[in-house]
Amino acid sequence: MKYMLLLADDPELAASVDQAEMMQEYFAFSQRIAESGEMVAGDALHANTTASTVRTRNGSTTVTDGPFAETKEQIGGVYVVDVPSLDRALELAAMIPASRTGSVEVRPVMEFS
Amino acid sequence: MRRFGDLDLAEDALHEALIEALVRWPREGEPDNPAAWLVSVGRSKAIDHLRRAHRRPDKEAAALRGGHVPTDDVDELAILDDHLVADDQLALILLCCHPALNHDAQVALTLRTVAGLTTDEIARGFMIDVAAMYQRLVRAKHKIRLAGIPFGVPERERLSERLDAVMQVIYLVFSEGYASARDDEFIRHELCGEAIRLGRTLSVLVPDEPEVLGLLALMLLHDARAPGRLGPDGVIVTLEHQDRSSWRHGQIAEGVVLIDRALVLRRRGRYQIEAAIAALHSGAPSAEVTDWAQIDALYKTLRRYVPTPVVALNAAVARGMARGADAGLEMIEELVAAGELNRFHLLHATRGELLARAGRITEAIAEITTAATLAPSEAERRFLERRLGQLV
Repeated sequence: MKYMLLLADDPELAASVDQAEMMQEYFAFSQRIAESGEMVAGDALHANTTASTVRTRNGSTTVTDGPFAETKEQIGGVYVVDVPSLDRALELAAMIPASRTGSVEVRPVMEFS
Repeated sequence: MRRFGDLDLAEDALHEALIEALVRWPREGEPDNPAAWLVSVGRSKAIDHLRRAHRRPDKEAAALRGGHVPTDDVDELAILDDHLVADDQLALILLCCHPALNHDAQVALTLRTVAGLTTDEIARGFMIDVAAMYQRLVRAKHKIRLAGIPFGVPERERLSERLDAVMQVIYLVFSEGYASARDDEFIRHELCGEAIRLGRTLSVLVPDEPEVLGLLALMLLHDARAPGRLGPDGVIVTLEHQDRSSWRHGQIAEGVVLIDRALVLRRRGRYQIEAAIAALHSGAPSAEVTDWAQIDALYKTLRRYVPTPVVALNAAVARGMARGADAGLEMIEELVAAGELNRFHLLHATRGELLARAGRITEAIAEITTAATLAPSEAERRFLERRLGQLV
């Protein structure tokens, strides 16, 4: 069985802890589940201010700025894709059935260089 | 951006190009195509920036090996031509109006980056704090970069979808100027002017898109009536009472030519229909001899494209003129029953006018009183109060 762990921070609480210490903890956790073979994919996402949301209704697609606002919508799955630009990511998002039955939030994955 | 991957860099480069223009144009005369000149100079400035920022190691390695070194003159600038420059301008407008940015951000970015207004001017234009406007622009650029919003012109099929967003932004700027929500200033000429300039640029970049021509025609036709829209005392003068000789007839003629050009392309849309309505008004010597039957028919078509209550309200006015006050009131009652516009002053003002025309004065006074209390601007409030004085 696979599980997706969707990490949601309270921005205020998250800002109140020591950032370096928290990062250390994340690295340690990632390393631990990687070594145990439990990790499939793990990434950090940029803030929800960079999110775009795709909805398809009656065959026409709308793209809006920001994360989905409908609180009754629940995360039901996740894909991580590697594409040249946001436009292609939005095109793919519009092909996912959830864009018709709910919405697909597209968030850029952080890259650490 | 497509070429430079960084909106800030492109913007800085464009600003440098503008400075260079200020120095060079008085000396050498304005080039035939100033916008194209700016973009091409801006691009070479950006290339300068990039060169200064990091010399390419492969180039240096090639130099060390004694191999071919591309000279500064050829690698990027040789491929410049007018078409490419126009493409870059269009790509910049499309980037600023990308649907993944919210409307406020689209408007702010377009005015800043395409129209070249300062952050301060945009903040004043939209009555928000400069710091907040600055933040809005920073957030938008941040999103463009981090979310990977691409710089480029999509293929035909997707282009018209994307142009819809651009036209919405331009029309939003125009509408804010045409009937401002600002208390002390009903018409904001500078915003109308910017929107028309943007519309003109877009019509040059995509000359075969009828809706783009329609939008420009619509804005020109509306704006042409500006001199007659306010009386000397700053009170609104309605269309039927405006001094039609004060209208800018050259601008009306230009709008009519544009709408004719658009209609020939035979792909109808909301802006063309609205422009056609505006053209009928602008061409009529008086309200009485206006072709209301045709306007009524055009509104019926427009409602299919724009099924919003505000369009339905305008359609009711036309219906009232074409077929009598009762026919107009019938449409108004449907709107009242739907309830969406009940806090909108113009619903009550229109209902009041139609009631007055139907001879139901008491009801008309009640409606116009409601309208006056809901009016968002001083000019509209004073207009409605004056109308009440005439009815009592």
